[in-house]
Amino acid sequence: MSTFNATYDPYASSRETTEGTVYSVTGGDWDQIATEIGESKEERVVVNMGPQHPSTHGVLRLMLELEGETVTECRCGIGYLHTGIEKNCEFRTWTQGVTFVTRMDYLAPIFNETAYCLGVERLLGITSDVPERATVIRVMMMEFNRISSHMVALGTGALELGALSPMLFAFREREKVLDIFEHISGLRMNMAYVRPGGVAQDLPQGSLTKIRETVKELRKNFKDNEKLLVGNSIWVKRTKDVGYLDLAGCTTLGVTGPVLRATGLPWDLRKTQPYCGYEDYQFDVVTANTGDTYGRFLIRMGELEQSLRIIEQCVAKLEKLEGAPVMVADKKIAWPAQLALGGDGLGNSLEHIRNIMGESMEALIHHFKLVTEGFRVPAGQVYTAVESPRGELGVHLVSDGGTRPYRVHFREPSFNNLQSTAAMVEGGQVADVVAAVASIDPVMGGVDR
Amino acid sequence: MSDLNDLDGGMFGVKGTGDTSGYGGLVRAAVRPGSSQRPYGSYFDEVADELERAYPLFSDAIERVVVDRGELTLHIKRERLVEVAKILRDTPSLRFEYCLGVSGVHYPEEKGRELHAVYPLLSMTNNRRIRLEVSAPESDPHIPSLVEVWAGNNWNERETYDMFGIIFDGHPALTRILMPDDWPGHPQRKDYPLGGIEVEYKGAVIPPPDQRRSYR
Repeated sequence: MSTFNATYDPYASSRETTEGTVYSVTGGDWDQIATEIGESKEERVVVNMGPQHPSTHGVLRLMLELEGETVTECRCGIGYLHTGIEKNCEFRTWTQGVTFVTRMDYLAPIFNETAYCLGVERLLGITSDVPERATVIRVMMMEFNRISSHMVALGTGALELGALSPMLFAFREREKVLDIFEHISGLRMNMAYVRPGGVAQDLPQGSLTKIRETVKELRKNFKDNEKLLVGNSIWVKRTKDVGYLDLAGCTTLGVTGPVLRATGLPWDLRKTQPYCGYEDYQFDVVTANTGDTYGRFLIRMGELEQSLRIIEQCVAKLEKLEGAPVMVADKKIAWPAQLALGGDGLGNSLEHIRNIMGESMEALIHHFKLVTEGFRVPAGQVYTAVESPRGELGVHLVSDGGTRPYRVHFREPSFNNLQSTAAMVEGGQVADVVAAVASIDPVMGGVDR
Repeated sequence: MSDLNDLDGGMFGVKGTGDTSGYGGLVRAAVRPGSSQRPYGSYFDEVADELERAYPLFSDAIERVVVDRGELTLHIKRERLVEVAKILRDTPSLRFEYCLGVSGVHYPEEKGRELHAVYPLLSMTNNRRIRLEVSAPESDPHIPSLVEVWAGNNWNERETYDMFGIIFDGHPALTRILMPDDWPGHPQRKDYPLGGIEVEYKGAVIPPPDQRRSYR
């Protein structure tokens, strides 16, 4: 059925020169659109915003049809960041999949990893075997990640509307969170820290002290942005009643996350369908009843404090669980070695290397088999969802019983929420398009995958 | 009842070349969960009862019901998909007001039902989840569109069309969404190659991922 032809490339015709092969890349339907508009009698202007535009949150192309300053039609062009992650996952082991999915929504890597791992664990039937310490660490990392993601949403959102200072404060705070990530996992982004069965390694020495200090600092510093923006008359004028979408619109378009909660519906999977033990934490679901950009902004501000509350409860739990395992006991699934942060970066702990290279032949065989071949996952399909900073992040996993996923599909909240752009901006001013898109907070890495 | 969807020989799944594993004689069958019998457990019986009550053609439309790993899947005849979807959305006791997209799956060995479309549904009213699954043969890859029921499925169906070539009849503008408009083929079908080039590292050549020795 497939019409794939490897020798023919319709996008980059090539010719041979003395310097080597030269490709000329073509494409784009812009000329066609412009010609069609020119032929019609109406006085319409079509503006192409993006794909490279400072206020489109990545490589998003918006095609706007304008009448004066009013947007009459808006279409999104996406796909510029498509990297085929879902297909690639089918050619790696279940554990290696984590390394791929963490790169989808690059502002919320821990959420991608956790959603994926929850799916793999349900397929394996080991959901209840995951050690409590690993689950608490996951929750803590997710909430830190929610803070860093909301910080980018707020910072860049304000930047796009011309407010420069909030961005400086937001990125200062985000940097603190990334420092925590680096301290715990060795990496600031795309850390592949959550693994099927637990997490890659335990918290390093002194983490809890560092986390406590950071939480204190963040709580103090969040006030800077609050003072700058909440109630700021210019900010309110730019965001109030802009990008309006009501509950019916959200339901129809499949919109979740802060955009949905801004309509007053307290739908948060952490409360309504708890996973990772969220039912044991005290926190509030922040809502607004305005359905506009300002409401979404207030929700994100409110969620920062709730995340800090959850992190504090995690720290208290982790203190009690000191020394508990962070990976399932089943040696046929658990990664053979706990990683350790050495002088040259993250790697297998020296103790483990000594064991497999010098002491136990069986340990070496076991390590080799599990790392190269991976574990088998019983055939079947699951759908798991977590509340990411942008809404319901769902993972559809299909296994055929082998060592690799048969199908990995991510239901990305950015992808679904971005669909509502047209409903939010049509009939509004062209300047409000930027505010509306920023309030959806789409991450194109997640949209295009 | 169970499906035999794959039969693998050997630990390495290598075909045509010598198997160096020493396990070449092993044959492993991948068995997917088959139809479930009542009681399904959890709220699934209630969902099935309500659907049966609200939809007289239930036994004709639902090919089979699978309960696996705490999730309910209704396999639906493609001709009946839109009717069932409307009932699931509109019946007060069901009220699945959210459709969380559509995920395509390609099973080349399932002759006559190669292409599957999987729809996870969510009811916020009742706080429940179910899943619909529809199949179509590769030679006639048509499945009715659900955009008229859940408008949010628009982009998702375009993505599944783009990646699997499933044609959603009745979709307002079924065009490619992630790949360029004139892209040949549907990349996430199993017969579409992953692509890639070999990489040389310290004198050793590592083949592209889809040509490496596979452990199945």
